[in-house]
Amino acid sequence: MPATSTGVHHRSYASELTLRHTHAEKFRLLLIALAVCALPFVVTPYWLTIANQIGIAVIGAIGLNILVGYTGQISLGQGGFLAVGAYTSAVLHIRAELPVPVCIVLAVLTTAVIGAFFGIPALRLKGLYLAIATLASQEIILFTVRTWDAVTGGTDAITLPRLELAGFVFRKDFHWYWIIAGLAILAVITGRNLFRTGLGRSFMAVRDHDIAASAMGVDVTRAKVMAFAISSAYAGLAGALTAHYTGIVTWERFTLQVSVLYLAIIIVGGLGSIAGSVYGAIFMITLPALLTRFGQDIQSSWPDAAQKMPAVQVVVFGLVIVLFLIFEPRGLNRIWHRMKDYVRFWPFRY
Amino acid sequence: MITRAYRYPLNGSSLEPGVPLLDVSGLTLRFGGITALADIGFTVTQGHVHAVIGPNGAGKSSLLNCVSGLYRPQAGHATLHTGKNGAATHDLIRMRPHRIARLGVARSFQNIELFRHLTVLENLMLGRHIHMRHRLLTSLVWYGPARKQEIVHRELVEEVIDLLQIQAVRHKPVGSLAYGFQKRVELGRALCMQPSLLLLDEPMAGMNAEEKEDMARFILDVHELAGVTVMLIEHDMNVVMDISDRVSVLDFGKLIADGTPAEVSRDPDVVKAYLGEELSA
Repeated sequence: MPATSTGVHHRSYASELTLRHTHAEKFRLLLIALAVCALPFVVTPYWLTIANQIGIAVIGAIGLNILVGYTGQISLGQGGFLAVGAYTSAVLHIRAELPVPVCIVLAVLTTAVIGAFFGIPALRLKGLYLAIATLASQEIILFTVRTWDAVTGGTDAITLPRLELAGFVFRKDFHWYWIIAGLAILAVITGRNLFRTGLGRSFMAVRDHDIAASAMGVDVTRAKVMAFAISSAYAGLAGALTAHYTGIVTWERFTLQVSVLYLAIIIVGGLGSIAGSVYGAIFMITLPALLTRFGQDIQSSWPDAAQKMPAVQVVVFGLVIVLFLIFEPRGLNRIWHRMKDYVRFWPFRY
Repeated sequence: MITRAYRYPLNGSSLEPGVPLLDVSGLTLRFGGITALADIGFTVTQGHVHAVIGPNGAGKSSLLNCVSGLYRPQAGHATLHTGKNGAATHDLIRMRPHRIARLGVARSFQNIELFRHLTVLENLMLGRHIHMRHRLLTSLVWYGPARKQEIVHRELVEEVIDLLQIQAVRHKPVGSLAYGFQKRVELGRALCMQPSLLLLDEPMAGMNAEEKEDMARFILDVHELAGVTVMLIEHDMNVVMDISDRVSVLDFGKLIADGTPAEVSRDPDVVKAYLGEELSA
């Protein structure tokens, strides 16, 4: 149903439930699709690496947003769940010699189960207390990874061979881009779908008011455990992709810092928004990359400053989070909506 | 029963009017040393508006919370009759709240407890939660039953929206609505469950005369047009006397009177609890 001069009129609930109503919205989607397809042909290899990292971060961020933004269960355990996904997939591939797609699927399922297990404290704990409990799960998982030598190889890194599917070897970032972009798009679509059905709605009900939710017949226990499982499944996928894409699995990639980075991504992007998870991932991965690039550019002209770039990155990271919390707690997604409204109502202010 | 052009019955109970729907007996609730409810017993009859009144702190909300499973009383039973002619009985005490909701006991809260970041429509759709099937895979792909049931249940939700006259705000987040509208949405959310018993905790608290009038009208619509049995807590005696069929009076956790509004208003204990005693000279 296209927009007319009098607005958008729906004649069925089915048409109202579609995600995109107007030609303009569909056209914008087409532009985004074209941009995603064109990107690997126009950017330098360096930026293609960044694009792949963003794709993986998008999947992980959507997972975390399902848990934190939509279900209201604060989690500092994202790094741990990424580790579970990465190690499960890597170990299955190396030791059981299963094909990579099977490994990834099994990694997703394993992470979901482990996530559900570590979600059990959420049945009794809320807010900061839950954050501490998930912090414990992060440390427990990493401790297990570091000390379970027989399976994970302990603190040594696991090296994975290049991905080979049906005789084709995924050597370059260019090849990986299509896998990662495809799965990231799948993550976006499934995330969007989840929250327009009753299941996703019950998660949001638990976030807004768990007592009222239970009075409406929502099984709060089940909803919370399920949210942990679904969220961890996405994290498992992101972890498994990281493992096979980089070819090296080491526990240092999944520390608490990663958990905090993912929280920052969804705060900056917008809590409780799938689009926000994407914006946040793009922003928070691109920003350090830009700063690194900037450091390299001024290397010759101003070496002192270039040397201090890593410190500057940390400061900027913290500053961005603080500024977002103060000025736009609802994140980039909200800023984007405000910009759209500005154009839509122009020349009026509102 | 339904005389308007509504297609869906809002009453979830198949009991005949006049038979007992909820039997409360021996209900005792203690918080530490305080006895909030002491040996409460009464019967809610199918097809009635049953009011529970009493001064502040009398235990009215506690009673409702026991029936809807939010509190666990130390003793007593609350037996709900369901099925044809009340063939099946369920003791609501010690049952978890979501199980009680599945039996068709819907409620509103004293201080509005809506899902404030969701729209009116989403709040009402959550009232349909118990009637929907929630499968993970179909939800993720927005396919088949997951999509179809959103449309099917929307039809009933729209009828409730019409009944409560909240069409204009259906896409607004409830947090942004005026108080009176929020109260109405809360009533609507409970109605969307097609309740067999509707518990309303002070539906008119904090409203002006006009808003009260509207709300009383809605409750009577729900009761008379849709045939839903209502159990409500209310402070406003005029409202209670106007719309209820039966009144139970609580004071300091004890049931001091139970009868028709006329009987109760003449009861010396009730007069004493509400107006105080004359000092004997």
